[in-house]
Amino acid sequence: MSSALFAELAYWQQTGIRVGVGLAAVLLVAGALVYMHLFKAVSFMQSRLGPMEAGPYGSLQLLAEVGKHLQKEDIFPRKADRFVFGAAPFVVLASTFLLVVVVPAGPDLWFVDSELGIYLGMAVSSVSVLGILMAGWGSSNKYSLLGGLRATGQLIAYELPLILAVIGVVIQAGTMNMADIVYAQANGEIFGLGIVGNPYILTQGVAFIIFLIAMQAELAQAPFDMPVAESELVTGYMTEYSGMRFLLFFIGEFATAGVFAALASVLFLGGWYVPGIDPSANIMNVLGPLVMLVKIVGLTFVVFWTRFTMPRFREDQLQRLAWKFLIPIALANIVVTGILKVTF
Amino acid sequence: MSDFLRSYLTVGIFGLAGVALVAVFLGLGRILRPSNPTVQKLTSYESGVDPTGDMWSQANIRYYVFALLFVMFDVEAVFIFPWAMRLEVYELFGLVEMAIFIYILLLGLLYAWRKGMLRWV
Repeated sequence: MSSALFAELAYWQQTGIRVGVGLAAVLLVAGALVYMHLFKAVSFMQSRLGPMEAGPYGSLQLLAEVGKHLQKEDIFPRKADRFVFGAAPFVVLASTFLLVVVVPAGPDLWFVDSELGIYLGMAVSSVSVLGILMAGWGSSNKYSLLGGLRATGQLIAYELPLILAVIGVVIQAGTMNMADIVYAQANGEIFGLGIVGNPYILTQGVAFIIFLIAMQAELAQAPFDMPVAESELVTGYMTEYSGMRFLLFFIGEFATAGVFAALASVLFLGGWYVPGIDPSANIMNVLGPLVMLVKIVGLTFVVFWTRFTMPRFREDQLQRLAWKFLIPIALANIVVTGILKVTF
Repeated sequence: MSDFLRSYLTVGIFGLAGVALVAVFLGLGRILRPSNPTVQKLTSYESGVDPTGDMWSQANIRYYVFALLFVMFDVEAVFIFPWAMRLEVYELFGLVEMAIFIYILLLGLLYAWRKGMLRWV
């Protein structure tokens, strides 16, 4: 798929534009999510106003936070492994930006139009585990080591339901290319009815629920927040981090939340497609990102709503849920989807 | 360079952009922040009391067992993805093949389950 928009530009110019847009998109979406959900929605749920001082309705609170953390001292503990400790935030943020490349937001608005698409995304999503383990190990702190190990155990356990849930979608769409998955949903029919297409949340509902649960665990949000449990581990692998380095972990967390929500909306909610408009029409290059944004905000609202409603799991309950429930159900979902695909 | 390899180059550039972003933030902070390390500040945090013993201590063996199980299923997922893409072509033959494959792996999970590996004690 060659884009008319970029037809005259050399590869380096194109890539420069894509990287610039990607950085802006990830940071702006992450900022919007923190303000809307973490600052405001949660405050209203708890009968308080949230930040109100910086800017109208506290909308500049984020800039104030960044400014505050920029001025804080950068402390490397004496016993820490300086290289590993310092490199961990780089790895975590890099993994987020490796993940966002597979997300398309319109017929010509993609970062990488790869045939491997979601497969590539699932592969690079595990890189963040490395960064978190580096942070936990490099800090040379008992809380951090425990938090890092807990995070690793949790992330690899929930990586599997996540991947296996995606396979159901790949079977239905017959492709791993993210844009083609959107087209497959737009052109799909359920029992001959094609008015709304076939967003896979309808036919892959089980996979969607597994994906949401695994996503919650991958993001280490409550009820899966044992790795960063304040009351047990003093924020786990982030205990020894201060100032800007601490904030970078935080930015990485919310940027990844946005990217995972974008993945879920492409895979299950039809991506930039809205019923009634041809998804390959040129107008979708303008409307597509807005449609995506609405779906991302909706999905992340569910994530944060759950986060502030559910109590924390115990470590054994966590592993049991992944290995004894989610993985067998996801495998059954693959088999059933395969049988239905072959028979119909 | 072919389009295929170029798309991987783009992925690499995005990774570097993430690294550059962190470098810019930390570099900006370097100009603004104070640096005044004291012995107390640099000690490991243990809720206010003086830290004791070696920080790189032993950890639960369970993490290792789950990591092994993870490798088993992750390799499985690598094989299922290409199959899932081409199921329309393989039809019944592919379905039976994959059913056998998943059955064998499920046996592995059941074995670990029976052995009590999935219990966190």
